Amino acid sequence: MPVIEVEGLTKVFGKNTKEALKLVNEGASKEEILNKTGCTVAVNNATFSVEQGEFFVIMGLSGSGKSTLIRLINRLIEPTKGMIKVDGKDISNLDKKSLREVRRKKMSMVFQRFALFPHRTVLENAEFGLEIQKMDKEKRKEIALKSLELVGLGDYANQYPGQLSGGMQQRVGLARGLTNDPEVLLMDEAFSALDPLIRKDMQDEMVDLQAKMQKTILFITHDLDEALRLGDRIALMRDGEIVQIGTPEEILTNPANDYVEKFVEDVDRSKVLTAGHIMKRPETVNIDRHGPRVALERMRAEGISSILVVDKDRRLQGYVTADDVLKARKEEITNLNEILRTDITEVDVETPMNEIFNMIYDTPIPLAVIKDGKLAGVLVRGAVIAGLANEGSVNGNE
Amino acid sequence: MEMNNLLLGQLFNKIPIAEKTELATEWITEKFSFLFTPIKKHFGSFMEWTAEMLNTVPPIAMIIIVAILAFLVSGKRFGLAVFSIVGLLIIENQGYWGHLMDTFSLVLIASLLSIIIGVPVGILMAKSKVAETIITPILDFMQTMPAFVYLIPAVAFFGIGMVPGVFASLIFATPPTVRFTNLGIRQVSEELVEASDAFGSTGAQKLFKVELPMAKATIMAGINQTVMLALSMVVIASMIGAPGLGREVLSALQRAQVGTGFVAGIGIVILAIIIDRFTQNMNKQK
Repeated sequence: MPVIEVEGLTKVFGKNTKEALKLVNEGASKEEILNKTGCTVAVNNATFSVEQGEFFVIMGLSGSGKSTLIRLINRLIEPTKGMIKVDGKDISNLDKKSLREVRRKKMSMVFQRFALFPHRTVLENAEFGLEIQKMDKEKRKEIALKSLELVGLGDYANQYPGQLSGGMQQRVGLARGLTNDPEVLLMDEAFSALDPLIRKDMQDEMVDLQAKMQKTILFITHDLDEALRLGDRIALMRDGEIVQIGTPEEILTNPANDYVEKFVEDVDRSKVLTAGHIMKRPETVNIDRHGPRVALERMRAEGISSILVVDKDRRLQGYVTADDVLKARKEEITNLNEILRTDITEVDVETPMNEIFNMIYDTPIPLAVIKDGKLAGVLVRGAVIAGLANEGSVNGNE
Repeated sequence: MEMNNLLLGQLFNKIPIAEKTELATEWITEKFSFLFTPIKKHFGSFMEWTAEMLNTVPPIAMIIIVAILAFLVSGKRFGLAVFSIVGLLIIENQGYWGHLMDTFSLVLIASLLSIIIGVPVGILMAKSKVAETIITPILDFMQTMPAFVYLIPAVAFFGIGMVPGVFASLIFATPPTVRFTNLGIRQVSEELVEASDAFGSTGAQKLFKVELPMAKATIMAGINQTVMLALSMVVIASMIGAPGLGREVLSALQRAQVGTGFVAGIGIVILAIIIDRFTQNMNKQK
């Protein structure tokens, strides 16, 4: 069951929301509605759901409504229309008291500019969520300290936020969000205010943390690279509408429309595409069953000068060249073992393209792509370059 | 010209604002005497008691206490402490100690009342746009009306003495606290307010754990202003019989005694500087 379900969520800022909503339903554009009613449609009919333990990224440029959308989920901004379900319970019409309970127990938020309380120590910041639930002082200190340790700031508990660097401050923000052990973590451009190197560290750490915690995370960003690094799935927003939802691969390889495509164009493709995306089906011979004759026949048929050798479980043994096979036939050798060469480079199916790019220039023979110990495909130089240029055939094998 | 006056005169008869105000004041005095009389009686005797208590402390003991507090409040530096000792000794030397204590107790009580009323009103303004729209012009009115004008209804309500002085001071000195409290809370960064909301704070938790602590410096600046205004008003209030240094200045004025007036005036200046530095330093502290 999804933890967050959002259906038809709409937010219109302005006075004449009724009229604006009507126009929204008629499918009028944002500009049209602004001109006719003076209202701004910040979020238009957003529908999506986030599964338990999923890292869901909402991405869009500034003004696309993503910050409004995340604030609609915990109702820091009141929705104009639509339904928000958390854990199967509709919270869009909850009264103030029940809403407070949901905010206290079910979700917490991490902010772009950290939003730490400067008059409180790091520990007092981290325990804020529990303090307002009136938890016993000793107990909440203990829990808060644990979550500070989780983000590596246990030693800084008694400092004030102003004494910490930006990266450390955001860790405090994260620790504060984790202290009340919410099911949902709402992260609003959480790393955008950090400088690029620190941001990368934080992203890596976030991935590690998420592997440990398995929280349901709703992450807002304007940075596609960040979205691709972190997201299990990504929702792309434009002018308040969600234009595409999909895994990073889906969004990159099948952009839903021009807008997404334009977004995607900027991404360094080599970082995102992996060996698995551009490998070709390998030509092989089986070392237990086939001899030089079969190997030569296959090479001839495919017009290649070497062929990979596997065992009956498709584990890579090495390769043989056409020259060696010819020689072996003259010398009446029947076992491929005798002429087997093993100086072949193996890469994992998940290896990113930019790494492969360097390797492939160093070896004249194709790279063997391995998945779970078995041969999955080969990479030839031409296909790698074509993959980067996005021209050749991209044979996703999944 | 004459024609114009005639026309205007015919169109608008003079509106009897002054008369109406007088009637209203009379009406209030009469109808609320059940309120004013006990206030005058009990509050008056409370204030007299405060002044007496301050006067029973021997000057030298008081000076030492003030000096120690000054040392502590200014972050363990000697400047304010030394100034306080010298200044207060001068006042004592000139024979104005009793008047000083009277003035101080008036300022103290007037300021405390202003703060007790001003801070909640400021919070109300910060929380409600309607309240802000209504209260802002009232504050403007309270501050721009010449302070002497408040003395008149003050006398009508409370007779003469300390109580009307405090009443007039309250009207004149409260606005800065209200304004700065409002400003301070509205200036709290939106993200911090969102953060406290996002974690499920109640309104009161948000106010006391986030907004007021964040607004503290601004509110204290307002309180500093209020105390200074209260001091200036307390001096003016000597015209309606409030005791203290102000009364000495007034009587020197009436008798054209430049020297006496100057000495009493210096006493007020010394008190003002000490109070101002105290409140400012309290603001600087973490």
